[in-house]
Amino acid sequence: MAKESKKNKKAADYPQIAKTPTGITGLDEITGGGIPTGRPTLICGEAGCGKTLVSLEFIVRGAIEFNEPGVFMAFEEKAEELAMNVGSLGFNLEQLQKDKKLKIDYVHIDRSEIEETGEYDLDGLFIRLGYAIDTIGAKRVVLDTIENLFAGLSNQGILRAELRRLFQWLKEKGVTAIITGERGEGPSLTRQGLEEYVSDCVILLDHRVINQISTRRLRIVKYRGSVHGTNEYPFLIDEDGISVLPVTSLRLEKEVSSERVSSGIPSLDKMLGGKGFFKGGSVLVSGTAGTGKTSIAACFANEICNQKQRCLYFAFEESPRQIIRNMHSISMDLQKHVDNGLLQFMASRPTLHGLEQHLVAMHKLIKRFKPQAVVLDPITNLITVGSVSEVKAMLIRLIDFLQEEQITVMFTALTLNTVVTEQTDEGVSSLVDAWILVRDIEFNGERNRGMYIMKSRGMKHSNQVREFIITDRGIDLVEVYLGPDGVLTGSAREAQKLQEQTGEVLRSHAISVKDREVLRKRKVLEAKIAGLQSEFESAEEELNKIYIEEELVKKVAEGNRQEMLKLRRGDQGGNDRKVKSNENKRI
Amino acid sequence: MKTKEYKYELRLYIAGKTAKSQLALANLNKYCEEYLEGEYKIEVIDLLIKPQLAEGDQIFAVPTLVRKVPEPIRKVIGDLSNEEKVLVGLNIRPANKK
Repeated sequence: MAKESKKNKKAADYPQIAKTPTGITGLDEITGGGIPTGRPTLICGEAGCGKTLVSLEFIVRGAIEFNEPGVFMAFEEKAEELAMNVGSLGFNLEQLQKDKKLKIDYVHIDRSEIEETGEYDLDGLFIRLGYAIDTIGAKRVVLDTIENLFAGLSNQGILRAELRRLFQWLKEKGVTAIITGERGEGPSLTRQGLEEYVSDCVILLDHRVINQISTRRLRIVKYRGSVHGTNEYPFLIDEDGISVLPVTSLRLEKEVSSERVSSGIPSLDKMLGGKGFFKGGSVLVSGTAGTGKTSIAACFANEICNQKQRCLYFAFEESPRQIIRNMHSISMDLQKHVDNGLLQFMASRPTLHGLEQHLVAMHKLIKRFKPQAVVLDPITNLITVGSVSEVKAMLIRLIDFLQEEQITVMFTALTLNTVVTEQTDEGVSSLVDAWILVRDIEFNGERNRGMYIMKSRGMKHSNQVREFIITDRGIDLVEVYLGPDGVLTGSAREAQKLQEQTGEVLRSHAISVKDREVLRKRKVLEAKIAGLQSEFESAEEELNKIYIEEELVKKVAEGNRQEMLKLRRGDQGGNDRKVKSNENKRI
Repeated sequence: MKTKEYKYELRLYIAGKTAKSQLALANLNKYCEEYLEGEYKIEVIDLLIKPQLAEGDQIFAVPTLVRKVPEPIRKVIGDLSNEEKVLVGLNIRPANKK
């Protein structure tokens, strides 16, 4: 993370507080590396908010993951009880104790057995703790819950002085300690004011029930000498222990990809600049009930899996089997992807837990499954467990997280017909990168689905309304007809299509008639031309004939004249030759 | 001597020879001589020498006086300066007698 690298840079320049990683998912990120090494940390909270578990996980993770043995001094529960309580989390305390990585020391205080007279001190506790630390070389210590001393002993003056000494002593020992304390009445963090003694790091756990849904939260109240997240972070206790999520990233410095991901509907891709969504982008599909939002989402999931990539499908309305069955009807086989491990369904009722916990659960699953795409179907149902602003905040964080991981996400949301503006209930439309709206177009006595792309950041997208058809072979988009009465869809579109086809036939027929007419005209004209030509030829011939006749006449006349001359002169020979040559020339 | 069963078996846990522990031991000896003559055994355990014993008797404060026998185990913590409280604590003199 960018935050950490920045911190490292700083650490190189100035000496900083050494930190001990707790090993608890997310807590180390909020605290920037863990709790202060060699100092006591106070964890306080109400009963049942997970104090003991947090501190025990700190010890166990330390022993297993960081090879730092730990001492757990329990004032409330016996070692066997503790072991049983965390057995469900996969922590084997007995084995760890045998391996000398963990020591659980149960301090039993029963007021009925104890009588106090005069001065005393808690050296016994010190010695016990010191002995436990020394036998296993512990680096981590937990005192859970030291306030029980106050219940067992009446001399508060001594106790307070001794506690102060104890924390000092722990610091001298150089062990990283967690002290748990019960949340007190009023503004104080703990019932006995332990925060006065432990002032380096205070973590507050909280367990709140809002609208009958409880959410555990964690907040770092103070952390001396270190930057830390100040928000309340929800945390989850499940089979892997505790996970805390630093879910609000404050920056908008995410990597972006210009890679494209197909939506699984070729004609929709065409509307989106021909290639589909951006990888790592967020897509919102909203529409009224029954417009095929789930089908679009399933189509997208199917496409991702066809590309041999993983997809995680969070279903808040239908069970996985139901979705698979329903998608069979549009010839989409999701079951094979589930079998191949490419598709994973995560179906849960929104009311199962609070919003934050949903987010935590999603985070965990996404981290584990590492999908390339995530589908949330539908987000509308989340509104039942939180207010609009809460849902929005949660979705912002989810989108943030997914963008960081370069995961494409598709949300579906239900819009209500009564809403005038095209606004989703969750108000997330401004957050997403692409928003596809599917709506009913009621016309001509039938209902059809129309699809628009309301927005698609960073790409050329179609502004056309397309009719969205779900057929046996899948989803397709067809162009709607814009007739004089408005947008035509469904059977009206088909009728219009037929009408246009008829027109086409008529027109082509008309054209062929015209063509023949032209041909005929041409033939007539050509015939006329031929007649004129022959006329011309005959005229020419006539003219030529006259001309030749004239010539002949002329020639004959000349011949006659010469003859006459010859006859008249009576001489022959020379002149005779001359006439011949003249004749030759003429011809 | 070890085989002998005493009516009262007492253990005093101390941490080093501090003023408090000395005072507690002196007080204890005084009360025992006074009320339990010949019926008691006192074992003094210095936790600085044997820290591993602290866990067994659930010691967290010193000095602590533990009555092992008779059952049930009872504890008195502090320097035992209040005679009344020690006797009640050890159930040597019944509380209602006060």
